[in-house]
Amino acid sequence: MLKIENLHASVDGKHILRGLNLQVNAGEVHAVMGPNGAGKSTLANVLIGREGYELTGTIEFQGQDLLAMSPEERAVAGVFLAFQHPVEIPGVGNMYFMRTALNSLRRARGLDELDGMDFLGLAQERMKLVEMDKSFMSRSVNEGFSGGEKKRNEILQMAILEPTLAILDETDSGLDIDALRVVASGVNALRTQDRAMLVITHHQRLLDYIVPDRIHVLTAGQIVRSGGKELAGELEEHGYGDIGAVGAGAVGAGT
Amino acid sequence: MTSGISDEVRELANQEYQFGFVTDIETDAAPRGISEDIIRLISAKKAEPDWLLQWRLRSYRHWLTMPEPTWQHVTYGPIEYQDIIYYAAPKPKPKLASMDEVDPELREMFGKLGISLAEQERLSGVAVDAIVDSVSVATTFKKKLADVGVIFCSFSEAVRTHPDLVRRYLGTVVPYKDNFFATLNSAVFTDGSFCYIPKGVRCPMELSTYFRINAADTGQFERTLIIAEEGASVSYLEGCTAPVRDKNQLHAAVVELIALDNAQIKYSTVQNWYPGDADGKGGVYNFVTKRGKAAGVNSKISWTQVETGSAITWKYPGVVLKGDNSVGEFYSVALTSRRQQADTGSKMVHLGKNTRSTIISKAISAGHGENTYRGLVEMRHSATGARNFTQCDSLLIGKQCGAHTFPYIEVKNPTGQVEHEASTSKIGEEQLLYCRQRGIPEEEAVSMIVNGFCREVFKMLPMEFAVEAQKLLTVSLEGSVG
Repeated sequence: MLKIENLHASVDGKHILRGLNLQVNAGEVHAVMGPNGAGKSTLANVLIGREGYELTGTIEFQGQDLLAMSPEERAVAGVFLAFQHPVEIPGVGNMYFMRTALNSLRRARGLDELDGMDFLGLAQERMKLVEMDKSFMSRSVNEGFSGGEKKRNEILQMAILEPTLAILDETDSGLDIDALRVVASGVNALRTQDRAMLVITHHQRLLDYIVPDRIHVLTAGQIVRSGGKELAGELEEHGYGDIGAVGAGAVGAGT
Repeated sequence: MTSGISDEVRELANQEYQFGFVTDIETDAAPRGISEDIIRLISAKKAEPDWLLQWRLRSYRHWLTMPEPTWQHVTYGPIEYQDIIYYAAPKPKPKLASMDEVDPELREMFGKLGISLAEQERLSGVAVDAIVDSVSVATTFKKKLADVGVIFCSFSEAVRTHPDLVRRYLGTVVPYKDNFFATLNSAVFTDGSFCYIPKGVRCPMELSTYFRINAADTGQFERTLIIAEEGASVSYLEGCTAPVRDKNQLHAAVVELIALDNAQIKYSTVQNWYPGDADGKGGVYNFVTKRGKAAGVNSKISWTQVETGSAITWKYPGVVLKGDNSVGEFYSVALTSRRQQADTGSKMVHLGKNTRSTIISKAISAGHGENTYRGLVEMRHSATGARNFTQCDSLLIGKQCGAHTFPYIEVKNPTGQVEHEASTSKIGEEQLLYCRQRGIPEEEAVSMIVNGFCREVFKMLPMEFAVEAQKLLTVSLEGSVG
């Protein structure tokens, strides 16, 4: 489904991703782990088309050249990012926002738009997944939400927009254990045969709740090691330093 | 793969100023220029009483002594006052027996503007006074309003039918010496709306005036006077458009509102005069004086405005809070894009005890637009316990626009409370990316964010106006991204 080859990304002359390779198949959940500054968030940003990066290499998504597409085109193609820091949009109702998003996607895909009542039904059903109160829907997008509420709101959007590839950027950061459980169970409920997920995280804690099929270690802009879910335990024991040394790209990690 | 921009947005993006057509109506116009003779001519055309002619002449003589103001934060070339036509009217047809006899071309023009003059559209529940160039061409629902004693007619008609009311209130809120443009208006004003709500009456429908500049090289100088007697209330809407023309057109109106004891007046404006083209050529100079006097105890005057048009907007709708416990409100959205300039805000003058005022101003700048908030909050000695809350928010879209804030606060009573909050933000790239990541095309995302920014003001507008205002903002923001 997703095939990244020899991806390099620089911003303001700083070389962040240095020849990253990664392949994710439909139905799989992959985790990308690594220390701060390894390039994890850059990978997420490049995948959704944030501007400001100089890029070389290729990203193929379901046979399409992802790098040639605008952010909204990527969304239409089925790419979704649960943001690490979801932004507030004052005055724009959460419900209205999500309906506009869903209908934009549907319109671009040649489907009929959902009217208010149909959308309400869908939203109420999906809200149960993340145990969200309906009062959230009448508030402005992310405005005044706590850290945990913002993360749940991201997963709710994922549940409503039903992406093909879901990228979760540090979804566990700032969550207490109860909120983490809610978010993880929401994510797990969305695992399907034809959906892939890329879980980006600094801590292996999240992987106790969202058990990945594959784990990749990202250090200094490269995947230096890949393995099954048992790799998480190894990382916990030895830290990133040891594992990074095994790989080829152990240069100047940590920026 | 689609380009990611929906057809709807593409269509919107290609949309130019959509009210820019000219209607071919026979016009009866005065010669260019201003003089005592022209003023006598206007007054004679309207068969005015002598006191009004004298008032006009006093205004004109005073105007000659006044310098044109230069303190506002806008720039424009000199206005040639002798090059303007001060009176233009659609040629009068034989006296009308009913609305059906309104000139078909005029009817068609208002049809294009989305305004029905047909009485059968009772469901819309809005009484309309339509003013083309200088003259009121039709007022709807007169009969129904008359049943409850509400007078709603053109200003000229009011001068003929209710001269005592006009004489009693004209110039009592905006004196003829008030300021350069108001004084000019007092000398040459041609028509406008007049509205009188008798004691204890809640006006049963929204009243609306629709202003249209049609003829070339004309100035529009309308005068609106609204009086709400004790315990009366009224909601009044005003809409404005003009054809696309290369030359600038001057619009210098005066609006006076008077609310007596326990009366309420809500005045809403959606102003969409032609803004000029992308290079700043043409467009309307909108230099307007709007003021209300909350004269009675517990009276309330509320201004809501959405300003998206005009090359230059220069206006400060205000309230003189004279009655004890009276309330003044100002809610404004001003958008400047292309080369538009706006210097706008509000004046709240507190005289009475426990008077309260609120100013919420939302300024949006895009393209090369320049947007200035200028506001005065004044609390006189007598205004014990007065309170004001002011909030000015500016939103910048792109890098070539500007936003400025000049608040003036004068408090002469130690019990007065004034709060002022101001913020300036850019449409965040983060917000845009967030919307686009969810599949919302860029133009639509900008419009959504801007509408969210304005929501506090939009919710103050009557329902149908709020919808129109949102559409206007979307159209006016076309191509302002990137």
